Amino acid sequence: MEHIRTPKVENVHMIDRLTPRKSTAGTLYLSSTHTIFVENSEARKETWVLHSLVYNVERLPTNPSGSPLLIRCKNFHVYRLLIPQEKDCLDVLASLTRLSRPECYGELFCFSFNPNLDKELREKAWGFIDLKAEFSRMGIPSNLWHVTAANHEYRLCETYPSELFVPKSAFPAVIVGSAKFRSRGRLPVLSYFHRDTSASICRSSQPLSGFSARSADDEQMLHAIMKSNPVSELMYVVDTRPKLNAMANRATGKGYENEDHYTNIKLQFVGIENIHVMRSSQQKLVDVGELPAPSMSDFLWGLENSGWLKHIKAVLDAGVFIAKAVAEDGVSVLVHCSDGWDRTAQACSLASVLLDPYYRTIKGLMVLIEKDWVSFGHKFSHRYAHLDGDPKEVSPVMDQFLECVWQLMQQFPCAFEFNERFLIQLHTHIYSCQYGNFIGNCQKERRDLRLQERTHSLWPHLWENRAEYTNPLYRTDHSQTQGVLKPLTTAYCFKFWKGMYGHADKSVASHQSPADCLNAVREESQQLEEELSAHQERLAQLKEKKTSGGRKKTNKLSERVRRPIPIESKLSSPLDYFTATRSEKHSPSFTLPLELAAPPKNGDPDDLSTCSDFESGVADLSSHSSSAGDDTKDHDSDEAVKSNT
Amino acid sequence: MELSEHIKTANVEDVTLRRPFHPALRGTLCVTSHHLLFSNRKDEASWQLLILLKNIDAIEKRAVGSSGTITIKCKDLLVLQLEIPGMEECLNIASSIEALSSLESVTEMYPFFYRPSHLTLLGPWGLSTTEQYYKQTERLWDRWRVSKVNSDYSVCPSYPSAVIVPREVDDDKLIRSARFRQGGRFPVLSYCHHSNGMVIMRSSQPLTGANKKRCKEDELLLQAVIDGSELGYIIDLRSAQQAQQARMTGGGFESKSCYRHWKRIHRHHERGKVVQESLIKLVEACSDLSHSVDRWLSKLENSKWLSHVHSALSTAGLVVECVERDGHSVLVHGSEGTDNTLLVSSLAQIILDPASRTVTGFLCLLEREWIQAGHPFQQRCAHSAYSHARLKQECPSFLLLLDCVWQVWRQFPLALEFSEALLLRLAQEVYASNYGTFLCNSEQERCAAGVKENTHCLFQSMLKPDIEEQYLNPLYEPTDLAIWPSVHPQSLQLWTGMFLRWTEYAQNMEEAREEVWSIVKEHRERV
Repeated sequence: MEHIRTPKVENVHMIDRLTPRKSTAGTLYLSSTHTIFVENSEARKETWVLHSLVYNVERLPTNPSGSPLLIRCKNFHVYRLLIPQEKDCLDVLASLTRLSRPECYGELFCFSFNPNLDKELREKAWGFIDLKAEFSRMGIPSNLWHVTAANHEYRLCETYPSELFVPKSAFPAVIVGSAKFRSRGRLPVLSYFHRDTSASICRSSQPLSGFSARSADDEQMLHAIMKSNPVSELMYVVDTRPKLNAMANRATGKGYENEDHYTNIKLQFVGIENIHVMRSSQQKLVDVGELPAPSMSDFLWGLENSGWLKHIKAVLDAGVFIAKAVAEDGVSVLVHCSDGWDRTAQACSLASVLLDPYYRTIKGLMVLIEKDWVSFGHKFSHRYAHLDGDPKEVSPVMDQFLECVWQLMQQFPCAFEFNERFLIQLHTHIYSCQYGNFIGNCQKERRDLRLQERTHSLWPHLWENRAEYTNPLYRTDHSQTQGVLKPLTTAYCFKFWKGMYGHADKSVASHQSPADCLNAVREESQQLEEELSAHQERLAQLKEKKTSGGRKKTNKLSERVRRPIPIESKLSSPLDYFTATRSEKHSPSFTLPLELAAPPKNGDPDDLSTCSDFESGVADLSSHSSSAGDDTKDHDSDEAVKSNT
Repeated sequence: MELSEHIKTANVEDVTLRRPFHPALRGTLCVTSHHLLFSNRKDEASWQLLILLKNIDAIEKRAVGSSGTITIKCKDLLVLQLEIPGMEECLNIASSIEALSSLESVTEMYPFFYRPSHLTLLGPWGLSTTEQYYKQTERLWDRWRVSKVNSDYSVCPSYPSAVIVPREVDDDKLIRSARFRQGGRFPVLSYCHHSNGMVIMRSSQPLTGANKKRCKEDELLLQAVIDGSELGYIIDLRSAQQAQQARMTGGGFESKSCYRHWKRIHRHHERGKVVQESLIKLVEACSDLSHSVDRWLSKLENSKWLSHVHSALSTAGLVVECVERDGHSVLVHGSEGTDNTLLVSSLAQIILDPASRTVTGFLCLLEREWIQAGHPFQQRCAHSAYSHARLKQECPSFLLLLDCVWQVWRQFPLALEFSEALLLRLAQEVYASNYGTFLCNSEQERCAAGVKENTHCLFQSMLKPDIEEQYLNPLYEPTDLAIWPSVHPQSLQLWTGMFLRWTEYAQNMEEAREEVWSIVKEHRERV
């Protein structure tokens, strides 16, 4: 609260860069958690921006019409505001800069976010994802794998979960010895067990091998893993780093496994670049989206130059390699990178998505993220800059995983239960700090923060709204749903993810969504089915009555009213200025004040055409844009605004 | 020379056929006057592959020991390999294919021999005529008329016999205007907007030349188009500099002083050879699977194909903006008025006019704006992306149109009644067809060759109910609004259905399409 200098600024304009006449005037409010822009129009459309989602705030040079302020969000939304008074602009800038960089966990939104759940429900919510149940779904523990108490109280490895699954044949001393020989004690443990072939995916950090060091325990550990797959005499070690990077690590006493020291291992490098390369690549990609009026060549050149899709391919290639080894060759794989919490998490979880249809369901993806990312100590708070900290620790590791899944969805439209919106929602919440799931950097830290008592879990919330995240083309009995996915990784298969990166400007909206339409169709079908069975039931009842005496006419079936698919209404909502003023049927909420819009009525079409986008008679489906999901519009936040004003 | 004289070896046994993503097959290869037939009769079920020789864009032969391999690259982008035992047979087959795939005489082409039992040559040919279009469009009756000034094709050889022009301009004026326009393509009506009566006209460039010649009748004609309203827009599909340069070779542009109520806007569009080369580069980039992502993106960029898509959609958007939003009439032209002009005017209609977004409406639009309007199909589509032949007049303008329509469909998956399948079929038919629809370069040529009397009409056959169904968009929800496509580069994509048609990639998409259909069908059964 003390950081807010000016809680309310009037006559602020929200600028639409591509189509200036779609800009709107309104009032800007700053609360302790959100920036809120309320349009002056009758509909009072609200735009809520969570402070923790703000990536940076930039003030552009003041011009005669006011001081422009640019708010860039971590989910790649960009808001352009024009504030009449320079002083107000400076105040907002200072407040937002501070509010978007919390200095300690206590300042995070999740500790004040209160969706009015009682204590019991909240506790139950945290049990929604159960990793023990997940391992038992895989058939673990089994006669070959069991849980070890070695990391009880995080004695062995601070960043691992307390419960680890290891080969039964690995003695406690071997486990401890292996941990000692691995960077940060992150020893090889089970991540995924593939029932069909008994091959497993294990994960670890790099060995402390340097140029010549070896550890009998670690060698035994790997041997035990190999032996836990009774039919195979071989095991792959996938080092997800480029070979050169791995070799360079030897100079600091780390490195990779020497194939001569370990029995029957085959070492494979897959060449995913490090977090620093990825960070700058993504920045370049985002910059491409912000180009003022790019030509096709500018865009494609920028896309190439960012290298982003090349990195996405590298990550997916790693997943494909591992999945193939496990499913086709029946060979177990140990995956590591340097610390085993970034590239390793990417490769293991992607391989799992390819291998196991369960992870392509809504619940399954939640479980997978909870297992491979949350529990195994992916450093969420560092990577996604939850706190003001070292910018070199920040990197879009999870972004890449989600994008790889999206790229797979493009190739296999029927294979995933969830839709793109689900991935984008996950992405937002990884950054938003609204729920406790992704706070902190490992299980131990989360336990110490008592997150389960003090915050809420995201998963049940997503699960309740799963209808919104369902892919209508998904069918459990579809051929794409079954078995192992074998994606093409030819260069032309990788596309720019417009849904994620394409909204630097709000006018580049997705126009019509076939998925939404199909969902509506599905829903309607279902409703009809239900009605039909209700009617049939009634019919049966009536027949009974009839036999027992009374005779009634039943023509209810024909009274069924066809519920319209809500597409036409979407189509006719006006984003377009002229359509809006011409026809009366449109709600006035979008009609812009005349003095602002500068409509090019008699103007020169040359002017019109300089904007590189034409907007449509079709409404922006995401026009209720709140950048951290709908739940930010709850009463608590509302009150926060009032108390500030 | 009889066609059969080109065939030295008609039959070869034990030929091995290799196709992408299919196991190799052994069978018999036959060459006929118009087809290449491969049949495999191993088991009970026989399997046949019939390829129109005209569909073959290029062949490559290679000798391996005593046998030869022919690689066949088709205009629909399919690539096949045939292993033929016997070098002589191989060479004979290759030379037959080479000769028969590049026939130039229209009446020797297959549509003149195609006689399926379910179609009859009697009955009307085509979907609509200028007169019918005029009759259907009530908006036109007041101020516009159908002129038969070109009934013997002497005023403009590439125009149809009937055109729609302002009522107050008589035929003599039209003749004079035609003399002032390249190829005689004087301004004619292309579209009249249902809501405000504004029109899209199209023509070729005026022949002002270096001396800034004028033509009073041409000026009057355009004046009559806007009829008292303040302003019309001329969208010139060349850069201002190119338009200036055109004067040196006798062409030119409408100057402000002579056409006072018309405002000219220049939009640069590539044409002819440049666009053809783009297609060649794009297809080449798509067929190399070993590219890294960087290399692929760089080749995609370098082909410039998407840039052409971008310009076409942007300019069409500009035309629509003038007509729909500002309420002004528009004249579109480039140089000859037979390629980009048609591309832009027909795209604008799809954006503007709900009637052109139905299957019938779209095919009518193609018939009116491309076939009757004299797009030189035979010249433009003589070769596709693989041919090594020296480029003459080839240009994939029509394919570019289909790509642009696909982009619109992708952005508005509910607004078009037809599906991608229709666009793919057209992309195939335009290069090689059983039907006469895309033969010749103009109505005059089609008349002379007797196309209407001796071939079947593709569009009519596509509209037969049982066939039409496969081209329908299951999600179609008509809208009366203009559908403004986003032309932001990130909104445009490679048309994978076309350019990656013969890859594994297409398989999953096909499954998804089937899934959509089954959901919708299930739903319809319930309703």
